[in-house]
Amino acid sequence: MEVEEQEGEDHREISVAEFFEKNKHLLGFENPQKSIITVVKEAVDNSLDACEQDDIIPEVQVLIDEVGDQKCRVELRDNAIGMDAETVPKVFGKLLYGSKFHKLQQSRGQQGIGISASAMYAQLTTGEPVTVYSKEEGEPCNRFVVRMDTEANEPEIIEQEEVDPEGDEFPGDQDYYFDHGTSIEMTVEAKYTRGHHSVKNYLKHTAIMNPYARIVLREPDGNKIEYPRVANELPEKPREIKPHLHGVELGVVMRMIENSDARTVSSFLQQEFTRVGRKSAVNICEEAEIDDGRRPNTLEKDEVETLLNAADRTNLQNPPTDCLSPAGEDLLLKGLEKELNPEFTTAVTRKPAVYGGNPFQVEVGLAWGGDIADEGSFEELRYANKVPLLYKKSSCVTTKAIEGVDWSRYNISQSGSRPQGPLYISIHIASVWVPFTSEGKEAVANYDDIRKEMKLALQEAGRKLGRYIKRQERKEIQEEKKRKLTSYATEMGDAIAELAGDGDSEEYETEIKRMVQKDYDPEGLK
Amino acid sequence: MPKREFDSDDQTLDKLVRLGRRIQEQLEDETADDLEIETPVRSRTNVLYDEDEGRLKLGDSTSTRKFLNMSQARKFMQTTLVASKAKELIQQGSTASIRELYYQLKHTIEGLDENTFEDQDESNPVVVDLEAATGTIREELHMFAETKGNLFGPLVINDAGDRIDCMNMGTSGLAIPSIVDHYEFEECNADYVLVVETQALVNRLVEEDYHEKEDAIIIGAGGQPSRGTRRLVNILHGRLDLPVYVFTDADPYGYYIYSVLKSGSMSLANQSDRLATPSARLVGMTMEDIEEYGLHHVTENMKGKPEDSGGPTKDYKRARDVKDYEWMQQDQWQRQFQKMLDMGVRVEQQALASQGLEFVADTYLPEKIENEEFLD
Repeated sequence: MEVEEQEGEDHREISVAEFFEKNKHLLGFENPQKSIITVVKEAVDNSLDACEQDDIIPEVQVLIDEVGDQKCRVELRDNAIGMDAETVPKVFGKLLYGSKFHKLQQSRGQQGIGISASAMYAQLTTGEPVTVYSKEEGEPCNRFVVRMDTEANEPEIIEQEEVDPEGDEFPGDQDYYFDHGTSIEMTVEAKYTRGHHSVKNYLKHTAIMNPYARIVLREPDGNKIEYPRVANELPEKPREIKPHLHGVELGVVMRMIENSDARTVSSFLQQEFTRVGRKSAVNICEEAEIDDGRRPNTLEKDEVETLLNAADRTNLQNPPTDCLSPAGEDLLLKGLEKELNPEFTTAVTRKPAVYGGNPFQVEVGLAWGGDIADEGSFEELRYANKVPLLYKKSSCVTTKAIEGVDWSRYNISQSGSRPQGPLYISIHIASVWVPFTSEGKEAVANYDDIRKEMKLALQEAGRKLGRYIKRQERKEIQEEKKRKLTSYATEMGDAIAELAGDGDSEEYETEIKRMVQKDYDPEGLK
Repeated sequence: MPKREFDSDDQTLDKLVRLGRRIQEQLEDETADDLEIETPVRSRTNVLYDEDEGRLKLGDSTSTRKFLNMSQARKFMQTTLVASKAKELIQQGSTASIRELYYQLKHTIEGLDENTFEDQDESNPVVVDLEAATGTIREELHMFAETKGNLFGPLVINDAGDRIDCMNMGTSGLAIPSIVDHYEFEECNADYVLVVETQALVNRLVEEDYHEKEDAIIIGAGGQPSRGTRRLVNILHGRLDLPVYVFTDADPYGYYIYSVLKSGSMSLANQSDRLATPSARLVGMTMEDIEEYGLHHVTENMKGKPEDSGGPTKDYKRARDVKDYEWMQQDQWQRQFQKMLDMGVRVEQQALASQGLEFVADTYLPEKIENEEFLD
């Protein structure tokens, strides 16, 4: 998403406010119910990213108060590294300022548009500026009140002061004191709701996928929900990678040429892209009939396009996959177990795969029974780069993959193609570039390579669940048989002794029960 | 009432005790890991028609009921309950109806939300099972079904010391009990036994004094004849050498009743040597009677759908089934069913009333019997 068109003769600047108004639906602010989820989502995603970046076990607090009709005051706190006095106003007062934009590294924030959009939304709907507290370790705490100059897309600092973190002005409850972190307060037009599309559900989904984070939510009615931390290890940090020629877009390459200091097309290809050696670079240029010694910035747009097409026809090694950071089977299980308290869980993390030059990795977790209510159909938990996706379920590749699996093979009943029973299915796709169906980034596109990986993961996990269900069923049948036949023994002891004319009825009863016990086989080994 | 003791009692007790001992042995055998009762298979696959004797018979197949088999455990338990109750009845010299038996044995099983028997439909088959497993009949086990059927005629019966003159039983007749084996026939002036399907026609014949005028024993079956009725017909024929004529509606159900009296039924194939009377013949109604007695206007349409228009269902289906019985293959029977199916009609005994109320007693039956117009 770009504020201004970078190329073209008749480029004109549009005001940030105008841009925001036009793109409200893409930014997640189309209505008050959704807006509050978006505000929380942007902040929480940022906080988790920031913490992981600096190896901090995350602590996130979300406090929401209703301050008027369709108006909420939202306070969002984290224990990330914090920001210095220079950075704070830029982050909160300039739309699209951020360290993650155009960076090829798997992160949550890549999905959204940053906290500045929330600040913008607050300013446009309630006219109130944003208050930010931020503290770095060993540094004083800075308090800012910032608004955005929507004409210049520049921050405007209204108040700035140093505050004593232990003094009265520092926000929050008794239980809140961090050595470092950031706290944001804003008042926005919002409607706090419950149900599937709600802040609470968003945080619950987040907690399941990020069990090493402690998340606290205080709802407007004062109800406090804690999503506890159950792991103290962060997943492996993703590495940054250069783009791969098979997955890169024309506009991105144009910008890369502008910023590159490479002197020839050949060295540009080798320096800026992964898996391109000297030989590949020469091959691509030959294929495109472009002189590999030309200066990159002399290439016309259509020449770059020719070059990319030539690259598509050239064999290149798949991109490296250490740029991916899956949650891992262990964390998937922990997350499901702590939030759902199921009777059985299983998880599968697939090996990394590639679609169109982009590495990606799929993970699936299944939770069954226990505290999960059987409400007919299963519940779906969708994630892209550990961020929950709550909207547009039916057009998401995850749903298609689930519906492509024959669940009846795993002893799970089906209604149509949807599995039934006390079942949660979580599906996670980790990728540097998640292909969303639309700019709103709410559903993942139904690409064959991705769907296939998801289906394989679901089937592998499904087989494990199926075995468990089968074992349970067998066990239940065996239990029931033992219970019944033991009771029958009481009836039969007398009858047999009576019929045979002698013998001890109690002895017979005991003997029948012994036979029943011997026959009892809960593991179904016989 | 005096104690009910039968000649068979000692033998029956012995059979029951043997069943108990077999289970007992399995319980005392260290190597046995299940309890089993061997019984003859009573399903249709094990029912044969013995052409020489003209009866249904049970084949040699046996099946083993196992206690540790979930689908058989409950029936196994129930069989031991019924068997031990039978032993008690015999020893006490009392009898019980199968309904009383059901109530005697029904109770909640300790530790389960389950009764020993949920309804009588569950206990009745267990009684039949026990009969088959021990090679006895329920009457020998001192159990009986509800009374059904009645008898009129020149016959004097000694029933446990009481003298019953069946000629003086008013309009209701002798109610035929379930157990008739102990009957002693002191006097008999009858020429034949006439088994009548419907009670209404029995009433007509009695009103016309048919049994007196024709020296006939009239037995009303009241539809499908009970075991007691079938056994009584069997011993009247066997002990008094009386011919047996059956008088039913000309329809699939009537002919099925005849077939049961004559050859036995599938479900009691193991007892047809004492329940069936292979020499029994059908005096009427026949499909030819419609033509012969001008009954076209009093026929009834068969119920259900014929084979060529979505059937066969109901009457058409039953006609097909009975027509296909191995023991109904003679031309005369095939002709009856074919006519029935072709014409799509049936004719009831009472349709004869269209010729006058006394017609059946004065003309129809005496003529047919005199001329020996029977189906066999």
